[in-house]
Amino acid sequence: MIKISFKIDTCKGCGLCVGACPKKLLRIAPDAINKKGHHPAEITDASACIGCASCAMMCPDCVIRIEKE
Amino acid sequence: MVVFDKPKALLDVPLHYCPGCTHGIIHRLVAEVIDELGIEGRTIGIAPVGCAVMAYDYFACDMIEAAHGRAPAVATGVKRSDPEHNVVFTYQGDGDLASIGTAEIVHAAARNENITVIFINNAIYGMTGGQMAPTSLVGQVTQTSPYGRDPKLCGYPVKICEMLAELEGPEYLERVTVNSVPNVRKAKKAIKKAFQNQLDGKGFSLVEVISACPTNWGMTPQKALEWIDSDMIPYYPLGVYKDRSANSEVAK
Ligand SMILES: Cc1ncc(C[n+]2csc(CCOP(=O)(O)OP(=O)(O)O)c2C)c(N)n1
Ligand code: SF4
Ligand code: SF4
Repeated sequence: MIKISFKIDTCKGCGLCVGACPKKLLRIAPDAINKKGHHPAEITDASACIGCASCAMMCPDCVIRIEKE
Repeated sequence: MVVFDKPKALLDVPLHYCPGCTHGIIHRLVAEVIDELGIEGRTIGIAPVGCAVMAYDYFACDMIEAAHGRAPAVATGVKRSDPEHNVVFTYQGDGDLASIGTAEIVHAAARNENITVIFINNAIYGMTGGQMAPTSLVGQVTQTSPYGRDPKLCGYPVKICEMLAELEGPEYLERVTVNSVPNVRKAKKAIKKAFQNQLDGKGFSLVEVISACPTNWGMTPQKALEWIDSDMIPYYPLGVYKDRSANSEVAK
């Protein structure tokens, strides 16, 4: 199983992960705001994640951590 | 099993870069390479003047901050003081390396100094608010070229890899970018080679990374990645400009 986690308060909401996901699973949360005042990235359906790490590779801020169980 | 996490050679502190600035991706790639080669304890990085001036707060290895453009000169001193032990890299923007620091980079390359140079070409002076850089494209609108860069007035953008490739000195020159997952992988491979060359005593290795400055390009981060493909790469083609060891292998 893939476990994907986001360091929410490090996210600047740039959206580069959103564009990188081949499964189109990510979005910039329209309602949430982090400590820095950014809308952070979030995953809409974690169970569909294939753990390819494309999102993490495009993240300039190392927000995303991916584990395989 | 961890598939992806922040590399250890990058400290667990927030980066000050703007949202979507690809300086952050390039920092991570350098840190991943330092981790993979197991050289954090002997690596000394030289930070530039420019947005990456604070790189000394981000890398876990020792860091020195050099005067504007002078990182290759500082790196030369640090490397020569203990050439067997020290692994030395500079991390420099285009305003730093291709303008005020042109003399230092040209002569470090000509001497084939055994250092690694990570050159960030974002076609603009980021830190000071978006003035035209030597690398700004013809027609590019910046704070100091509000009608677009006019080559009659400002000359043509400087192609560092092509220029240094004419010298006998340098060992390895490659231009990469980080605007997509495959390109990030290629950039990492080039950066790793540039460090490995130094460990093998091969000499001066420079990786030019075409990088996005969404803030001063006046674009969203995603659009800035597309602009790299549509506008930057046609003028700055990606690829290996010099690889002396590989060429001499072929010649054998
Ligand atoms: C001797 C000196 N001259 C000028 C400056 C002003 N200055 C600060 S950063 C910079 C240019 C930075 O541009 P670049 O190297 O492209 O890096 P970026 O900020 O785009 O990453 C300049 C001219 C300075 N700090 N020191
Ligand atoms: S790991 Fe791959 S599939 Fe999962 S969210 Fe990231 S980019 Fe999408
Ligand atoms: S000004 Fe440009 S280069 Fe500097 S941090 Fe912002 S996006 Fe990055």
